[in-house]
Amino acid sequence: MRKMKLAAIMLLAVLLTGLAGCSAGSGPAAEGKEGDTKGYPKHPITYSIPFDPGGQSDLEARRQQPHLERILGTSIVITYKIGGGGAVGWTELAGKKPDGYFMAGINVPHIILQPLLQRDAGYKTEQLEPVAIFQSTPVGLAVRKDSSIQSLEDLIRMAKDKPGALTAAGVGTYTGHHMTHLLFEEKLEAAIQYIPFTGAAAAMQSFLGGNTDLLWGNSNDLVSYKDEFRLIAIGSAERFTALPDTPTFIEQGVDLIAGIDRGVAVPQGTPEKVVQELEKAFLKIAADPEVIRQMTAEGFEPKAMGAAESKAYIKQLKAEYEPLVAELRP
Amino acid sequence: MTDYIPVVIEVLSNPLNLLLLVASLIAGIIVGALPGLTVTMALALLLPFTFSLPADTSLIAMGGLYIGGMFGGCISAILINTPGTPSAIATTFDGYPMARSGKPHHAIVTAVLASGIGGIIGALALLFLTPLLSSLSLAFGPPEYFWVAMLGLSMIATLSSGSMLKGLIGGCLGLLLGTIGIAPIGGESRFTFGLAPLVAGLELTVVLIAFFCIPEVLRIVENRITGERIAYRKEKGVVAQMWNRLIRRPFLLLRSSVIGVIVGIIPGAGGNVASIISYDAAVKFSKDKKAFGKGSYEGVAASESANNAEVGGSLVPLLSLGIPGAPPAAIMMGALMIHGITPGPGLFTSQAGLVYTFLWAFLLANVLLIVLGLYLSGPIGRIINIRMDVLIPVIIFLSTIGAFAIRNNFTDVVMMVIIGLAAYLLSRLGFHPAPIVLGLILGPIAEVGLTQSILIGQAKDHVFAFFFTRPVSVVLMVLCALSIAVPLADKWLRSRRGSGQRQGKEEAE
Repeated sequence: MRKMKLAAIMLLAVLLTGLAGCSAGSGPAAEGKEGDTKGYPKHPITYSIPFDPGGQSDLEARRQQPHLERILGTSIVITYKIGGGGAVGWTELAGKKPDGYFMAGINVPHIILQPLLQRDAGYKTEQLEPVAIFQSTPVGLAVRKDSSIQSLEDLIRMAKDKPGALTAAGVGTYTGHHMTHLLFEEKLEAAIQYIPFTGAAAAMQSFLGGNTDLLWGNSNDLVSYKDEFRLIAIGSAERFTALPDTPTFIEQGVDLIAGIDRGVAVPQGTPEKVVQELEKAFLKIAADPEVIRQMTAEGFEPKAMGAAESKAYIKQLKAEYEPLVAELRP
Repeated sequence: MTDYIPVVIEVLSNPLNLLLLVASLIAGIIVGALPGLTVTMALALLLPFTFSLPADTSLIAMGGLYIGGMFGGCISAILINTPGTPSAIATTFDGYPMARSGKPHHAIVTAVLASGIGGIIGALALLFLTPLLSSLSLAFGPPEYFWVAMLGLSMIATLSSGSMLKGLIGGCLGLLLGTIGIAPIGGESRFTFGLAPLVAGLELTVVLIAFFCIPEVLRIVENRITGERIAYRKEKGVVAQMWNRLIRRPFLLLRSSVIGVIVGIIPGAGGNVASIISYDAAVKFSKDKKAFGKGSYEGVAASESANNAEVGGSLVPLLSLGIPGAPPAAIMMGALMIHGITPGPGLFTSQAGLVYTFLWAFLLANVLLIVLGLYLSGPIGRIINIRMDVLIPVIIFLSTIGAFAIRNNFTDVVMMVIIGLAAYLLSRLGFHPAPIVLGLILGPIAEVGLTQSILIGQAKDHVFAFFFTRPVSVVLMVLCALSIAVPLADKWLRSRRGSGQRQGKEEAE
């Protein structure tokens, strides 16, 4: 009897240790004296991901993690703060102590659109101080191989013939895809029905199953499926390296650049020196030829925008979106 | 076609790979057993290690973790009425009553055998039927998702033991809880009362802990059975006994596994939906419906074989179409991408060696799960012998950490306490948690399916045709109708027969 009890207690102990081991990484970074930026970083830095583990933001952070640890000389702890299309994670970031020991992945245009459109988003775009933008994913428009639409011209004609009869799958409402769709409609002066999905996988499945006519997809997904789809146009400024045969919107006379940019930010008010230190590390990784090679092969566009450049870019995009959003706001 | 066999044998006979497979299975079981720690999280933690491992080894480890985690959820479901992973919801219905009647070992052995067999059937489907099943996966569009959710909701009738009215009220409550947060379609925030933490909605795991675990703990405390313990007596031949019972019910296991595989291949519907649909089918097909909910091993077997068969199913769209059927599958996709392998059409030909190695390892993992599970089932069952005044604080401790860990969010702990107290009051009023949780899980699936269908239908000028004429939709609608009609007809027949017998008796007298 005693033995059995012992065995049971030991089993529980094993379970508990397992738990402690798993959650040890999520503890907040220890306190750092404000203003004391000498010798930064003195202890581990938390890198928070506002999306699901295994998503693109996570994969990118995991790719950077060993490099960051080597350059900064401290460990980087990746944690997740998931929900609200990133809003929960960015709200947390905005409320963190600006000491450089907490940073989070950011997605543009998400961090611009959420505060503009949701009264309870929980943060303001300006509260997130960008450190760097290291990756861009142009958004493209695809049809299935069996579609009668051969080109952007065909698409525009059909959309004008029967306004609202064509359907396009994209991810979410008030997101990068949704905004791209609205801009596209505005430039075309035609109506296409936007069908929001809860994720890229769901949109892809429904599109492949023939439920929508068009698909707004991120370049990396489009690269994986280039043999299954016909890509009508891509939202990059110039031809995209991984999809050299796909014309841009601009080439075809539609003035549209659309994509999702990934970067990293710290809370507003973080000392400049600390931001510079982090910026240097991220730009160094962005210049690594192996990182560039991997990203390009996976269907992304490597970028290397520093803190000031990223800030100006976000500001400029915000000015572009504001009038469009004013019409939409519920 | 068969030239991959030497590669498979070579990789699988590598002792390092086998060791990793066993280790990841055990790690998965532990993670699965702890509410709040998910397989998805464990896989994400494993991901950086796979960078430096060969692609086949990392896939083997990830598969083991996934399978172990899916099984592990049943342990806490059986012992403390808290599903360790959402996929073990239906396991609580009969597993916990079994444990409370002093048969935790029987329940766990049943779960081990059912999980293993379900997993093997899922793996065989993945090995041999992937091309066929992948086209079925594409046949599920927005209207089909809506009807699948409706089919699930029709099960409230089965799950509300006692009052049907209370079951329906509970279901509506669950549907309402499911609307909290940003609308999946349309983007407006609902019922957040301006509170930023509510924007992300309620986390299923937190609600599961609140509804299943807290009321049970409070009830035990309330009954002042503090010093009492459920007598767990060691019995010989439990494995043989449960094995004999299960193989006499081949259709139960086969039906549950097929349900699991089919639900698995529908991206977005996970193991929780699989286990509930399978449980409901087991009740409907059983001759002894009254035994369910009171400790029927058939209920445990139905739930567990379905959720483990779902694992194989969820990998079908990943390997054949590049669409991950479930969040853990999404992480495995990430691992493949890191090794420069793009899942999707053509993977079976371009990477035949790797894919078939993984599939055979997957099959092997399920066999190992049975061996490991049976070996561990005795010691695990003994946990129930711990005195309640020791066990209850531990359960509360684990629940609190679990509620926090799921999203690293303290608001979730507060929500767990508030919802837990509300759940306790509801259970005192005779509301079973199952219909409420069912509403919460299926509400958003139904909402998304309905809204998307209406939007697409309107664009094509035929909303009704879009809803009611698609072949898979029609099949699902018929199943819905049967699901509602069969229990009612059964009740009616029984009451007629009952009154007929009474009449007969009166005449004889």
